[in-house]
Amino acid sequence: MTRLLVEQKVLSENQRIAAELREQFRQNSVFCLNLVSSPGSGKTSLLERTLEAFPDHTRVAVLTGDVQTENDARRLSRFGFPVRQITTGGTCHLDARMVEKHLADWSLADLDMLLIENVGNLVCPSSYDLGEHAKVVLLSVTEGEDKPLKYPSIFVKSELMVLNKLDLLPYVPFSVERARENARRVHPGIEIIEISCITGEGLDHWLDWLRSNWRRNFATSSAYAHKETE
Amino acid sequence: MHEISIAAAILDRVAAEAARYAGVRFTKVGVRVGELSGVDPEALSFGFEALTRESPWERLALEIEYCPRMQRCRQCQHTFTSANYETDCPKCGTADTILAAGEELDIAFIETGDA
Repeated sequence: MTRLLVEQKVLSENQRIAAELREQFRQNSVFCLNLVSSPGSGKTSLLERTLEAFPDHTRVAVLTGDVQTENDARRLSRFGFPVRQITTGGTCHLDARMVEKHLADWSLADLDMLLIENVGNLVCPSSYDLGEHAKVVLLSVTEGEDKPLKYPSIFVKSELMVLNKLDLLPYVPFSVERARENARRVHPGIEIIEISCITGEGLDHWLDWLRSNWRRNFATSSAYAHKETE
Repeated sequence: MHEISIAAAILDRVAAEAARYAGVRFTKVGVRVGELSGVDPEALSFGFEALTRESPWERLALEIEYCPRMQRCRQCQHTFTSANYETDCPKCGTADTILAAGEELDIAFIETGDA
């Protein structure tokens, strides 16, 4: 018996494409976020509120993933920004190749921000790097506050947890404090923002987070000086 | 449930290695699955069996090494297994620790047998 050492990432092909995407985002100063949550936590609603708040000249685009239907792309395209649906046809997550394929004829040089809405799923998207600068995980108060303990992987890999549907707190037995504790238990450094897409509560914190991380990304990008003088 | 895609990616790599080692019989592929990899070892074994049944890889075994989450203390450099989400350093008590292991999803080795 002989043992051949392979020492390769199982998802090395995905990782290779994700690294290429990340490099393209860097060269074009595009800030990219990967939004992940269970189905129905409010990813599309958050994107609606976000696009609504952006001035018309904002150079933002959205890729939205679902197993079936173009419903989300329809909901999001009314704000006038480029939106494209990725229909996975059964696959429970987006991978880097899908993102690469759906970006194909968009010019990254014309964009400053790319928001990717993953397929609703707290497990599988955590394994696939899409070349994003950060993952953002959404949790809503109609889910259990122990979600971070049950699905630690995605909470460990996300820089920010957005707690949505604050408007429903009077009707559900959900402890915001426990949800925060659980998230910090699996990921001590995770940032947490509490919002309601219905009442608008907390959305200013989310938009501030988005702007400051966007700017921080520009500052570390080599194309920063070029964009500033445009 | 994406373990079938993960199993397929493992078999793609095995096939690529087989092309490099023509005539050598592969008996086992060894992978490392981290606690935070988002992959369930049992579901991966199940997916691997389903894909290899009645295929040229029917007799290829899958060995999974499960890698628990580990943290490293940035103050005293102590590395420890993080049980029950406990991330504070057990040696010096600080909360200043970072993830050191647990995200693995690697193909470590392939074992070969007599043809």
